[in-house]
Amino acid sequence: MRALSNLHAEGDGFVPPSTNDFNLPPIFESVSWFTKPVLLVFLSVILVSVFFILSSRKAAVVPSKLQFAGESVYAFVRNDLARDVIGHDFMRFVPYLFTLFTFVLTNNIFGIIPLLQFPAMSHVAFPYVLAIFTFFVFHYVGIRKQGFLKYLKEIAFMPGVPKPVYILLTPIEIATFFIVRPLTLSLRLFANMFAGHLLLLVFIMGGDYMMHDSHLIMKLFSPFSFAFGIALTFFEFMVQCLQAYIFTLLTALYIAGALADEH
Amino acid sequence: MTGTLNLVGFGLSAIGPAIATGMIFAAYINGVARQPEARSVLQPIAFLGFALAEALALFGLVLAFVL
Repeated sequence: MRALSNLHAEGDGFVPPSTNDFNLPPIFESVSWFTKPVLLVFLSVILVSVFFILSSRKAAVVPSKLQFAGESVYAFVRNDLARDVIGHDFMRFVPYLFTLFTFVLTNNIFGIIPLLQFPAMSHVAFPYVLAIFTFFVFHYVGIRKQGFLKYLKEIAFMPGVPKPVYILLTPIEIATFFIVRPLTLSLRLFANMFAGHLLLLVFIMGGDYMMHDSHLIMKLFSPFSFAFGIALTFFEFMVQCLQAYIFTLLTALYIAGALADEH
Repeated sequence: MTGTLNLVGFGLSAIGPAIATGMIFAAYINGVARQPEARSVLQPIAFLGFALAEALALFGLVLAFVL
């Protein structure tokens, strides 16, 4: 919004969207931390809680439409993510995976809902926190299952490998488990939401700029930009669902890896 | 016209992961086409491979903005 008004006020060429478009001002002047992403995160928590409490409150053998919707999401996470990936003893992790999936999904989809239209996960702090949770969960599970030293040994010295290979393999494995995994987990979600929002901004703001340009040809081509923006919105919807799925899937895979006797 | 060369570099560096992602899903589709009942087994593997390949592109994106 701010960027759009700048665009017309200056009138000296197209100002492409940049990282500055993600630094939204506080909603109330006096409370500097309370910005739109923070509001959206709170909203998502409320929405998810209310939806699943409502859908499971009057649970019946013949489900209502609401109960069916809630149970489909739950069944998807429990069966396709937890059970198929983690295997036996998966019920312990279903609450965490389910919370993660619904929270990330809701926050992602905020990116294309009119009026909200901002994916909170495009601020890197939120994915960082989620990845840190996952990091602690899968290491804790591994340490509880195998003991601290044995778990570290399994990570650093993968069994069934010729001895000289450890010179190469050990640093890679340690970096993978302690740096690369949490980093990529958070950056993947962040970068997808960030890039997707930027992409939508480019086409919508570009279409808006072209419509207000004095040349007739520019005006003629502006609907194409808008149409592309709409098409990309649907594409974004797919990406947002996919990223929520991948985040949860990778968490489940990491937990499964920590639980397995041999990596 | 001003800009940063970082983004050109990111575009070049994204070619590798793009090809890798294409190959992973090609293999996944091939596998499912040959043996449709293996779909549920192959799906997590395909997405894991996709996520790992994509991570390299994301490093490029982040570095393009950070450097």
